[in-house]
Amino acid sequence: MTLLRVQDLAVARGGLRVLEGVSFDLDRGRALILRGPNGLGKTTLLRCVAGLQAPVAGRIAMPEDAAAYAAHADGLKPALTATENLAFWARVFGGGDVEGALAAMELTALAHRAAGSLSAGQKRRLGLARLLVTRRPLWVLDEPTVSLDAASVARFASVLADHLGQGGAALIATHIDLGLPQARVLDLTPFRARPGAPATRPAGFNEAFA
Amino acid sequence: MIALLVRDLRLATRAGGGFGLGVAFFLILSALVPFGVGPDRAVLAPIAPGILWVGALLACLLSLDRIFALDHEDGSLDLLAIAPLPLEGAVAVKALAHWVTTGLPLVLAAPLFGLLLHLPPRAMPALVLSLAVGTPALSMLGAFGAAITVGLRRGGLLLSLLVLPLYVPTLIFGAEITRRGAEGLAIATPLVFLAGITLAVLALIPLAAAAALRVNLR
Repeated sequence: MTLLRVQDLAVARGGLRVLEGVSFDLDRGRALILRGPNGLGKTTLLRCVAGLQAPVAGRIAMPEDAAAYAAHADGLKPALTATENLAFWARVFGGGDVEGALAAMELTALAHRAAGSLSAGQKRRLGLARLLVTRRPLWVLDEPTVSLDAASVARFASVLADHLGQGGAALIATHIDLGLPQARVLDLTPFRARPGAPATRPAGFNEAFA
Repeated sequence: MIALLVRDLRLATRAGGGFGLGVAFFLILSALVPFGVGPDRAVLAPIAPGILWVGALLACLLSLDRIFALDHEDGSLDLLAIAPLPLEGAVAVKALAHWVTTGLPLVLAAPLFGLLLHLPPRAMPALVLSLAVGTPALSMLGAFGAAITVGLRRGGLLLSLLVLPLYVPTLIFGAEITRRGAEGLAIATPLVFLAGITLAVLALIPLAAAAALRVNLR
């Protein structure tokens, strides 16, 4: 069953389009890994899918409130404890299991430590545990494994596999191999926007006069 | 929404949250003015309503840039934007949290600071009432300014320039209520105007601030 369908999508960063003509389907239980060199527009594409940015052209079809987004910033408050941080997001997103999410990312021992006193890798794990409490089917992940050690990457891969097993899906920009058999790789390099090509609809003021 | 309010209040009262800074600033300002213009009652009493209201304005301004800037830095704002909570609601709740941590302490502390400026005791009810009715508008307008300048480096100064002109109507009617209270005149007319301004701001500004946030998150 298709959870996310992207058709002929074009996205722009800073008023200039970076990717165009991107189409893919993502079924429940599957993951799609986005690859491509730095600056290609992977993050921009993910922000469009997450709903933080409007695409320049094309369609993104998915059920309402399906996407949970995790990027470089984890959305943690240093003055609150790990549990308080997660409990807040759980309440905002309609109540996931905080204890279970902490246990899944091996954070139970740190539950009452202030997030500000956690290491970079522990913060990242807490940021990823937030995905579990949102209870949303589509995880949109931008470099989720930054600052994780090998054991934590394996931990996260198994959490991700569980999520896919329960009918979820994931759209991930990453350069490392998570070892997921359900994952398909999409190289975005062929979709790089051609600067000379006439745009049917300019992405913004800059592009209209480029 | 309640979760967001609780979180913001909790953050404000934890270390580094800036709770009480506004009141402390208000106190310093009220204590400095007598040094500047002299402690004479005849000089201080007529200007006290204006000084107190300008002081409240500036104290409110101090913590405005924190409303969205911190959430923007750590990514929470992105996550709030895609949460089931409407962004307009999030703006309103964050402005409310700002008012509870900044405006409300000012309202409660104002009579004390009025004493420093020789404000006549009979003006105290008018002062407290005018601040209680006017400061919610200050927080909400401030949230609008903070939404416009979110993501800008050194946005605080620009924020002040944007927001202070918007505070003028509130300042005029707020200070007028206090002045009339000091002279024992009726305060109903300016109070109705002040309440009208506050209600209009509370009704319309969340929409504008949420629109500004959406543009800035792009």
